[in-house]
Order: sequence, then C-alpha cells, then structure tokens
Amino acid sequence: MATNYTLEFEKPILELEKKISEMRELSKNIDLGEQINELESKVELLRAEIYKNLTRWQRVQVARHPDRPYTLDYCANTFTDFVELHGDRAFGDDPAIVAGFAKLKDKSVAVIGHQKGRDTKSNIYRNFGMPNPEGYRKALRVLRLAEKFNKPVICLLDTPGAYPGIEAEDRGQAQAIAENLLVMSKLTVPIIIVVIGEGASGGALGIGIGDRILMLENAWYSVIAPESCSSILWRSWDFKEQAAESLRLTAPDLSSMGIVDHIVTEPVGGAHRSPQIMFESLSNLLYSEINKLSTLSLDELIAARRKKFYAMGVWNE
Amino acid sequence: MSWFLRKKQNIGDNIPREMPDGLFTQCPSCKTVIYKKQFEENLFTCHSCNHHFRITWEEYVDILFDQGTFVHTDTEVRSADPLNFVDTKAYTLRLNEAYQKSDFPDALTVGYGDIVGRHVSFACMNFGFIGGSMGSVVGEKFYRAGKRALTDKCPLIVISASGGARMQESALSLMQMAKTSAILGELADNGLPYISILTDPTTGGVSASFAMLGDVNIAEPKALIGFAGPRVIEQFIRKKLPEGFQRSESVLQHGFLDKVVHRKNLRQTIHTILQHLS
Ligand SMILES: [Zn+2]
Repeated sequence: MATNYTLEFEKPILELEKKISEMRELSKNIDLGEQINELESKVELLRAEIYKNLTRWQRVQVARHPDRPYTLDYCANTFTDFVELHGDRAFGDDPAIVAGFAKLKDKSVAVIGHQKGRDTKSNIYRNFGMPNPEGYRKALRVLRLAEKFNKPVICLLDTPGAYPGIEAEDRGQAQAIAENLLVMSKLTVPIIIVVIGEGASGGALGIGIGDRILMLENAWYSVIAPESCSSILWRSWDFKEQAAESLRLTAPDLSSMGIVDHIVTEPVGGAHRSPQIMFESLSNLLYSEINKLSTLSLDELIAARRKKFYAMGVWNE
Repeated sequence: MSWFLRKKQNIGDNIPREMPDGLFTQCPSCKTVIYKKQFEENLFTCHSCNHHFRITWEEYVDILFDQGTFVHTDTEVRSADPLNFVDTKAYTLRLNEAYQKSDFPDALTVGYGDIVGRHVSFACMNFGFIGGSMGSVVGEKFYRAGKRALTDKCPLIVISASGGARMQESALSLMQMAKTSAILGELADNGLPYISILTDPTTGGVSASFAMLGDVNIAEPKALIGFAGPRVIEQFIRKKLPEGFQRSESVLQHGFLDKVVHRKNLRQTIHTILQHLS
C-alpha cells in the first residue's frame, strides 16, 4: 500500500536514505558496512527527533498521509472475520462509511468507520471519506443491530467532513447527524470511539459519541478543518498553519480539554511506517477497554456516558 | 421594553433599529413600505410578502408567553477563552466587544414561563451575538434548560438561529452538539415534549444537533435551514444553487420539518401541539 509519498518536513530523512542506498551500491566494490550502519542509526535518530517536535500543522499532514491505515485496514488486521453490511434501507449505500461486525480476539463487536480511498479512482468511489446522510443512517442501522444483539461498538473516525452538496442537504445531512448523536448518547451497549486520522467537525462526531474516546497520536480532531478556518476567520486560505495552532487540534490538546481519554501511541514516523504494530496495539487496547466497560451495569454505563459529555465545556459564572 | 426604544444595538442585522411613530421601513425582500403600526401588528413581518425580520429573544418572549410570566435565568454564564484563541483578533477581544455592544447574555437565553397557562422551559438563540454561534456557554445553558424541563416535568421549547459551532472554542464547541443532544435523550426517556422552532438562519452544528431533534420541528417562513452554508456548498461543488434551496418550504417538502408557521400563529400552534403531547 506504500505510495512513497514524502512529507515536506521528512525531506532531511529522505536525503539520508538516498545517501544510504548510494553507499549500498558502492559497497558492492568496497566494504562500507560500518558507515552504512552508522547512517542508518542516524536516520532513526533524526526521524525520532523530527516526530517528537511536530507542529500542529505537520501532524495534520501526517493524519492525511495517503499510506496511513484506514478503517478497512483495521477491519482486516486489528479484527478478524469482518463482515461488511451495506445500505441504510431507505435510500442507498454510502461507501464513505463502512459498517459491519467483526471479531476482536474472542468477542464479536460492531465496527463502524469513515473510509477514504487511496488513489483517485477509489477516492472518487469513497467520496474522499465525506459521508452523505445515508452513510450516517447506515451507521445508525448497525448501531441498532449492535444494541439488539448486545454487542459492543467500535467507531473509527477519519473524515475531512460531511459532504457539502445539494443532494446531501436535501436528504437531511443535519438531521442524519443529529439523530446519531441522540441515539448514541443512550445506546445500551458499550461504545468506544477511536480517532484514527482526521476528525473534522460534525461529520466526524456523527459517529463519535461513546463511553471512551481514544485518539491516535498523530490524528487531529476539531470543530473545523484548518484550511476552512483560515478562509473564514482570516478570509484567506493562506493561514492554515496558524489556524491549526489556534484550533488546538492534536491528541495532547484534546486530552487537556478533557475530551480524549487516552492517546494511542503510534510507531515513530506515524502509523503507516509500522502498521502491523499499530493494528496489534489497538487490538489489545480496545480489548482491555471493552472488558473494563463490561463490568458496568447498563444504568451505570449510560449515566457515565451522559456525565462525560455534560462535563464538557469551559465557561465563567 | 419595545425593540425600537432600546439603546444598544442588539437587534438582527436586517431590522431597522430606530423607528419613531409615524415612520416606516422598507421590506428588504419585496421593497414594500411598512408602517410602524403595521409592522408591530404583524410581529415584525412584511404584510405583503411574509418576510420575517430577525427579532430578539425579548420579542419572542412577548409573542409567546403569557404576560409577566417569563423568568430569565442563568444570566451570569459567560464565555471564557479556554484555548487562548487568536485569529486576526483575540477571542477575548471579540467577546468583550460582543458583550459591550449588546444586551445579550451570550448566544443563548434561557428561562421559563407560561404559554397559554402551560409551564414550559425555554431557550432562544441570539443571532446577534457572534452569529448565534454555539460554544461552551450555549451548550451549558441548553443543558440547564433541559434539566429544568426534567425537574419541572414540563415541555422544552427552543428557538434556534445560528451559523453553527463557535470556531474559537474548537473541539469544545463541537462537543456541545453531543451535550445538547444527550440531554434531549433524557427528555425523550421521560416522555417530555420538545418543540424545536427554527428561524433564519439555522445551520451547522446547531442544525446538526438540537434544532433537528424536535418531537415537532417548526420553522418560520423562508428561513435558511441546512448543515453546510450555501456559500460553502457553492464553492465546493462550483454550481449555482437552485432557487429556494435550504429554505423552510423546501426543507418541509423534503420531510425534515413538521410545519412552516407564520410568527403570528406560533403561540397558538405551540399551545395546540402541547395539548396533544401531554
Ligand atoms: Zn415584503
């Protein structure tokens, strides 16, 4: 799935890697083993250093990396026996949201997530991960199935936003999202939310209410994408870096706001560099979270979920 | 106090601010001349084309509630600046200006009173306060209005007018969509009626949470109602939007509203619905 896509701030790493491969060529004639090893550890140090000091905008870029694992990658690797369910039973099937049941180790769970494409063709098919109302209504249908069969729900958030189009509006984008918020706030099974990539606005929150909110280290979550924020508040597209800073949209930011419960560590260089490690660590984490939530009575579960969201916000009085 | 006597500019953008006796205004929609007496009698709507001018929560209280019954609560809940947000201007400065130039207690007013003898909890958005945007204060006050309905076992009536979530509180604003929807879930569990009244404009995070969740959704005529704003959509799809798109009448036709009701009939309509839902 690698596209060899390099982010601007990773260029120094790329330079060194180029040098290493040049030396490899040369070492067919002379022994450069020691120098190569030295450079290789230098690369790892450099990568660790760069990733330790990412700006907020740089994290947004990592979250959008085209090699980053998407929902269906987690379905295939964090879970087993994934069976996808299609359609909202009213209008159609939205490929920008996938939903179904899967096994998390020995437990059956419902999995719902936004789905992006990796190339132009699949991105057009997935509408770049921007759901239409029928996507939220498919999610709602699977949420209700999970409730009916008493299965925990895992939601994976990764969208640049709900689709802003004429048909989406006419089919009730606002109502579809709103309905999910209400239903998820009182669904009678445990719900765990994981922000795996981009968490843009109501389009993300539309499948984002749960008992535990986890967020990958390089994901972002905000009321608006930095570019759109720039265009509205600065009246120009050129202030996305500042907008990203002002919006405080990283996992540590969301954690300090009391919204995110747990930051999920990514492999150095982002989830896409060692996806297998990412898949496994998430599997273990989700499993232990579900076990913890399963000890609560139904009343305790719903009361705690409501209390969690009622506590959100900061004001003076 | 009548709106035309108020000193501060707390009235929506398109309503004449000073209108002494004998004077008139012009309808921005059909250009008809409206005299003050007509204007008041028609509850700040155009008698010719039904254009509904934006009015404040105080006018809505006058229109809906039995005289002298309304109690304004939670007046001291004020926006903070938890993220030290700065764009071209610091959020604290924006807030200070907004509080100074208006009488609004932030973008949501809450309280309770009687509508045709029926005790209700009430919330009304103030579009004149930073575009009626929903941040922590709107979410918290909405939550308290919901709690009051639960405590008093009474209906909740909410009037929306908002451009969406308040960007300057970022994810905290986003989470107010969850907070307001969750308290409505408690009302639903307790069989308490919730009537949502959507006025011009109701978009973004407000339409995609509590405004669309009424047991009954009522809109004023020709109000802009949608998730994405029309300019955003137009930019995004690079197409002209159809006539009447995202207006109350079209939203009703697509099945997301129960009724479009003239402001003059709002009080009676709420009364009739509440009689059925109790
Ligand atoms: Zn007119």
